[in-house]
Amino acid sequence: MKLLTHNMLTSNIIKGVKNGYPLKISASDVQLIDVDFNPEFITRMIPKINWKVLHEAAQSLGHANDLPAELNAEYEADQEFLKKTHHVLLEVEVQEGDLICPETERKFPISHGIPNMLLKEEEI
Amino acid sequence: MHPTPDISHLTSADYEDVYEPAEDSFLFLDALEQEKDKLHALRPSVCLEIGSGSGVVSTFLSSLLSHPAFFICTDINPRANAVTKLTAKKNGMDVEALTTDLCLGLLPRLQGQVDVVLFNPPYVVTPSHEVAQGGIEASWAGGERGREVMDRLFPIIPELLSPKGVFYLIIIKENDSDDISRIFADFGFSMESVLSRRSGPEFLSVLKFFRNKDVS
Ligand SMILES: C[S@@+](CC[C@H](N)C(=O)[O-])C[C@H]1O[C@@H](n2cnc3c(N)ncnc32)[C@H](O)[C@@H]1O
Repeated sequence: MKLLTHNMLTSNIIKGVKNGYPLKISASDVQLIDVDFNPEFITRMIPKINWKVLHEAAQSLGHANDLPAELNAEYEADQEFLKKTHHVLLEVEVQEGDLICPETERKFPISHGIPNMLLKEEEI
Repeated sequence: MHPTPDISHLTSADYEDVYEPAEDSFLFLDALEQEKDKLHALRPSVCLEIGSGSGVVSTFLSSLLSHPAFFICTDINPRANAVTKLTAKKNGMDVEALTTDLCLGLLPRLQGQVDVVLFNPPYVVTPSHEVAQGGIEASWAGGERGREVMDRLFPIIPELLSPKGVFYLIIIKENDSDDISRIFADFGFSMESVLSRRSGPEFLSVLKFFRNKDVS
């Protein structure tokens, strides 16, 4: 699971949960993979991202490096910044661990990089 | 012709649990290839495939696009998710996989963000109780009129799609395209048939849905 995917996931599917966002990450295996850097794609994705959530998630995994906590208005021209964003969004992958609902502590397992969001009937 | 994804890594053991690419899958690939210019013009940033199975459809679309896009593939069957990731990787693509029912867990964050939604659903007409929650049976059993799974997705499509977004869906004749067209007309969407083909007893079509141009 990439942090880009984590940025999009919510546990509001559980009965009684209001926001369920962001999910906490408890990771036992994080891997770094290589993805081709395409600044134009990263620039297109940034407006779709909850920056604060991305930054916190990267930090919690110890991979924020020096990614800025706030989004700079002139990011499009800043190649260094786009590169760091690319790394955090696409190259940091949680292979094993759990996503944890911030309201109920319900755990969603991540196995082989795939989060499982399926609920039991009584949770819906 | 754009090359069909290499699926030589999949074995008959995989196909005991995961839908093996069949005529419907290949019709989907042909339809997407036919749509290539339109898809390039759309320049999708986010693509979502529901029920990705072996992963051939997303892998194909990902390689067909001229720009990188974020691909997220869901399936209710965890074995399918694992195979989807392998198929993408085998073909030099990178897709994200998520085990979930339809796209549960992705809203509201993906609201209005998805440029292409793909779904080759379980469309076979079966008794309602056969509509399965995972496993290989979930690949085909569609319940009444074959519509029980896809019908649950339809009202979510307007929420997911970006203003220019498109939804591609496979159906068979028994699913009643006229009725589906009326449902989407009520959402303010148009429907087009991209490609149809007969395969044995099934008359398959790939349908495409998009927001009516005159509605702002
Ligand atoms: C006809 S197969 C298509 C597989 C692949 N996309 C293809 O075209 O070859 C339907 C797929 O949808 C999945 N599926 C069925 N019900 C689902 C649901 N409620 N949510 C997500 N996926 C589902 C099945 O597990 C299966 O992989």
